[in-house]
Amino acid sequence: MSSEAGQQHPLGIYYKIWILLFVLSSFSYAVDFFNVQGGMRWGLVLLFMALKAGFIVAIFMHVVWERMALVLTILGPPLVLLLLIGLMSVEGFYISGARVQYMGQDPNQVALTPADLHGGGHGEEEEHAEEEAH
Amino acid sequence: MSEAAISGSNSTLVDDWSADKQAYHVPWGKAMMWIFLVSDTFIFTCFLTGYLHVRLTTTDPWPLQSEIFALSFGGDPIPLILIAIMTFILITSSGTMALAVNFGYRRDKKKTFWFMVATAAFGASFVGMQAFEWSKLILEEGVRPWGNPFGAPQFGSVFFMITGFHGLHVTAGVIYLLTVAFKVKKGHYDKKGYEIVEIAGLYWHFVDLVWVFIFAFFYLL
Repeated sequence: MSSEAGQQHPLGIYYKIWILLFVLSSFSYAVDFFNVQGGMRWGLVLLFMALKAGFIVAIFMHVVWERMALVLTILGPPLVLLLLIGLMSVEGFYISGARVQYMGQDPNQVALTPADLHGGGHGEEEEHAEEEAH
Repeated sequence: MSEAAISGSNSTLVDDWSADKQAYHVPWGKAMMWIFLVSDTFIFTCFLTGYLHVRLTTTDPWPLQSEIFALSFGGDPIPLILIAIMTFILITSSGTMALAVNFGYRRDKKKTFWFMVATAAFGASFVGMQAFEWSKLILEEGVRPWGNPFGAPQFGSVFFMITGFHGLHVTAGVIYLLTVAFKVKKGHYDKKGYEIVEIAGLYWHFVDLVWVFIFAFFYLL
C-alpha cells in the first residue's frame, strides 16, 4: 500500500463510492425539490456536502492511503480557512444588523422570480415567500 | 567577515534545500500537484467567503436560485434541474477518471486512454451546459455582474465570478486530460510509469470537489 508502488486498489471500492456519490447528490437535490426550508435545509445540505467531499478526498483522491506527512500537508493549512469563515460571518451578521437598525432597510423583502418578471409559467402553487431565512 | 557571513548564510540555504532528505514519499509531480491544489483551495474558499459576506450584509433580498435555475421541458419548470444534471455529469466524470487511474497502474493503455477521453467528454459537456446557463441568464433574464432584475445586485457578480472561475478550471482540465490521454496512447509513459494519470486525476477530482461546495452554497442554500 506504500505510495512508491502507486495507488492501486481493487475496482470494487471505486464503484461503491461512485454509487454513493450519486445517491448523496440525489438527496441534496431532493432537499431543493421537496422545498425543505429553514434549519433542516441547512443541516441536510451541509451534511450531504460534507459526506460527498469527504468521500471524494479520501477515496478518489487516495488521501486515506497516503502517508501522514502528506495528509497533514494537504488537510492542515486549509483549517486556517475556518477561522476566516468564522470571522467573516460574525462581521457579516454585525453589518447586516447595523444596516437594518441605522439605515432602516427591510430585512424581510422577498426576491422577484423569473415568473414574476415574464408573467405566466407557473402560478400561485409556488410559495416562496417564507424562504430567505439567512 | 561580512563576506564570510553572507557566503555562510548562502551555503546553509543551499544545504537546506539541496539536502538529501525526502519528506513526501511520492513522485515529485504528485507532491507539486497537491501543493497547487491546496493553494487553489485557498482561492476558491476566498471567493466563497466573499460570497458569504456579501450575502449576509446585503439587505436586498437574495434571488431565489431554485426558480432562476429552473428549466422547462415542455411542461412546468423543474426547479434547479440543469444544475442537478451538471452535478451528475461531473460525478460521472469523476468515476471514469478514477477508473482511468486504476487501469493506468495496471498498464492497460487502451482502457486508460478511453476512460480519460470519456472523462474529458463529460467535462466538455459540463462546460457546454454552463455556457447555456450563462447565456440564458445574460440574454433572457438580464443578469449582469452589477445588477439583476430579481434582487440583490451581488448575485450576478458572485455567480459570474465563482461559476466562471470553476468553468475555467474544468476547461483547463479537459485540455490537460486530453493531452495526457494521447500521450498515454502513444506510450510516452511506458518507461516513466503511470503516476501522471493519477496526478491528472487529482486535478480532476479537485474540480469535482469544488463543485460540491458551489452546488451546496451557491445553488442550494
